Amino acid sequence: MTKNIIKFLKTNFMCTFIAVFLGFMVACAILLITGYSPSLSMAVMFNAVFSRAKFIVNVIIKSTPIILTGLSVTLAFKSGLFNMGAEGQFIVSTIVAAILGIKCNFHPFIQIPMILCAGVLAGAFMGGIVGWLKAKYGIHEVITSIMFNWIALYMCNFVANSETFHKPESDGTFPINRSGQTLLFYDWKFSQEGRDYLQAHPILNDIILKTDFNLNFLIAVAMAILVWVIIYKTKKGYEFRASGLNPDAAQNAGIDVTKNIFYTMLISGALSGLAGVLSLTGSSTPVLHVLSVFENYGFNGLSVALIAGASPVGCIFAGLMFSALIYAGQTLQSKIGTPSDIVNIMIGTIVFFVALVRIIPIWVNRYLQKEERKNAQ
Amino acid sequence: MKTIISKISFFLVLGLCLGLLVYMGIKTFNYASAELEDDGRFFTGMITDGGGVNDQSFQESAWKGMKEFSANTGAKVKYIECSQASDFFINIDKFADAKADLVWGIGYKLADVIEHAAKVNPEINYAIADYSFGENTLDNVTGVVFRSEESSFLVGYIAALTTKTNVVGFVGGIKGMVIDQFEYGYRAGVAYGAKQLGKNITVKVQYAESFTDAAKCKAIAIKMFDECDVIFHAAGGGGAGIIEAAKETGKYAIGADMDQSRLAPKNVLTSAIKDVGKAINIVSSKVMNGENLGGKSFSYGIKEGCVGIPEENPNIPEDVMKKVEKVKDDICREEILPPGTSEKYESFIRSLA
Repeated sequence: MTKNIIKFLKTNFMCTFIAVFLGFMVACAILLITGYSPSLSMAVMFNAVFSRAKFIVNVIIKSTPIILTGLSVTLAFKSGLFNMGAEGQFIVSTIVAAILGIKCNFHPFIQIPMILCAGVLAGAFMGGIVGWLKAKYGIHEVITSIMFNWIALYMCNFVANSETFHKPESDGTFPINRSGQTLLFYDWKFSQEGRDYLQAHPILNDIILKTDFNLNFLIAVAMAILVWVIIYKTKKGYEFRASGLNPDAAQNAGIDVTKNIFYTMLISGALSGLAGVLSLTGSSTPVLHVLSVFENYGFNGLSVALIAGASPVGCIFAGLMFSALIYAGQTLQSKIGTPSDIVNIMIGTIVFFVALVRIIPIWVNRYLQKEERKNAQ
Repeated sequence: MKTIISKISFFLVLGLCLGLLVYMGIKTFNYASAELEDDGRFFTGMITDGGGVNDQSFQESAWKGMKEFSANTGAKVKYIECSQASDFFINIDKFADAKADLVWGIGYKLADVIEHAAKVNPEINYAIADYSFGENTLDNVTGVVFRSEESSFLVGYIAALTTKTNVVGFVGGIKGMVIDQFEYGYRAGVAYGAKQLGKNITVKVQYAESFTDAAKCKAIAIKMFDECDVIFHAAGGGGAGIIEAAKETGKYAIGADMDQSRLAPKNVLTSAIKDVGKAINIVSSKVMNGENLGGKSFSYGIKEGCVGIPEENPNIPEDVMKKVEKVKDDICREEILPPGTSEKYESFIRSLA
């Protein structure tokens, strides 16, 4: 009996579950020490995510960019690369998308694909340079991509402050043209007709009027499946994985490892770019803001990929959980006045435990081996 | 033996965790039912625009005003700090969820989101400090702007009467309409003072490109203090760095937004107070009493007591204070019109000559 329970503990799902649970326990302890009721806080957080249709939709919308950056990191991870540059690729993509979105104004059927492609290409370009430097000259991708993050940040501030794009009396650019936005029902929901209709249907009102309703999440899910197919069902994916597991062995087996490094970073950058452009076009205030610090979409993607254990489909759930934590954390502040620092510590703790909990299978294996040895005697 | 102990402890921990889970579940249920009760008090919330409520400047002054309002009227007040522009809307929306009666956005950066939130929630009143939508104000939005050029003029005048090097400095946050009021008001005040004394005083102007970067402000100020002996800052939370620089070099800084003398009692000459808290009190009380302020904008200055200098200025000699009082009266009676834009400043300078 005990053995079965222990074997069950070994499964990936259970590991993550235990980690999240332990993370919450420590978070509760932190709350208790700092003088906030843990049970009340947990209750508020639970309600903040599940008690209204609007909250659920908001969590889903918020999760879209970090699922995509999570996928980007996951893909790079699979071929043994650490894409710290998801943040920079994200920003570069928003810059390009914002410039095109403000300057061009075609029919949505042209405008949206154009902006999407441009953003994805910008991200891929950024990732590609990092991959090329690594493949050609062996310059470590972590260093170059971190530096590119800063270049992207200041490039963003330069564009946002430039005379052509800066909107007076704000901290950002003009909004992109309406034709480039991927919001659904945007004009309709503020029209008299739309308002009347939504007033009569409270749940739809919650979902459509009160949120930045869009279908970007479906794109993220599609991408997760696509990445899964690329990694596990194609020849290229096999090469990626082989290069990641043991580059020397892969080279010996006739796989061009350097080329694969370049391709991986190219696709990885494209995914982060997609995250950036979608988060811009799917927002009700689609402007490029002057950034004083990183907005952490890329770095949260790193956490998402870690929580998901570098599984593409797992990224969807990890992204949802991460976004729920952030969203609930903000409610915690507005409801019972918990400082945002404590909320961030809580999130950090949970991620920490997820990383830590990979020990469980090791423990379980060791335990099982011991049992086996005992039985053999 | 060892395995038994480990088994027992394993089940003990498992049981404990499950127990806690059940306990929290019950609590959650209780809380969910309690939350539905609205206590019927007037509820107003404020959102910060990047700085926290402890920024020793604009946001802190706003939150102080909210607390005062709560103490005076028994209203419920809450705040949310947002650091990311992409979170502004989601945060502002939390107050709509909590059925707030009035939601304050503190700072012009929030203008876009306040407008969007007002569109999404037509049943809730919004107000924004430091921004006016002018003609296009929505029916549930109130704009509040400050005539900061008046207080800046006063501190500029004080700086002119204080400087010994005949060079004074100005460090702004990010250039824009609001900070222009400070800059040109200050420069006009310096020019007015210089005219009275019959000498030439230069004003050095530099921007930090941030309202939060105290380290950068400090570096700028230390460089500036090589030549000048008084610096006025309009850099929000970054201003703390300028006051620190004054403390280190033993020169004078002029604070902004709040009375900042407690940061360095010997080195803060005075402060150009922009009492957003007082304006919040005035507007919130009106809304609470059922007045409909939607679609309107208000401008508050020295006359309304929303801008000015602190009552106690231990670093300013008596005779200077007397002159300052006279200038203050002149501004109240609109005999001096401090300029808040570069065009008005040009014509003000021409009228002096």
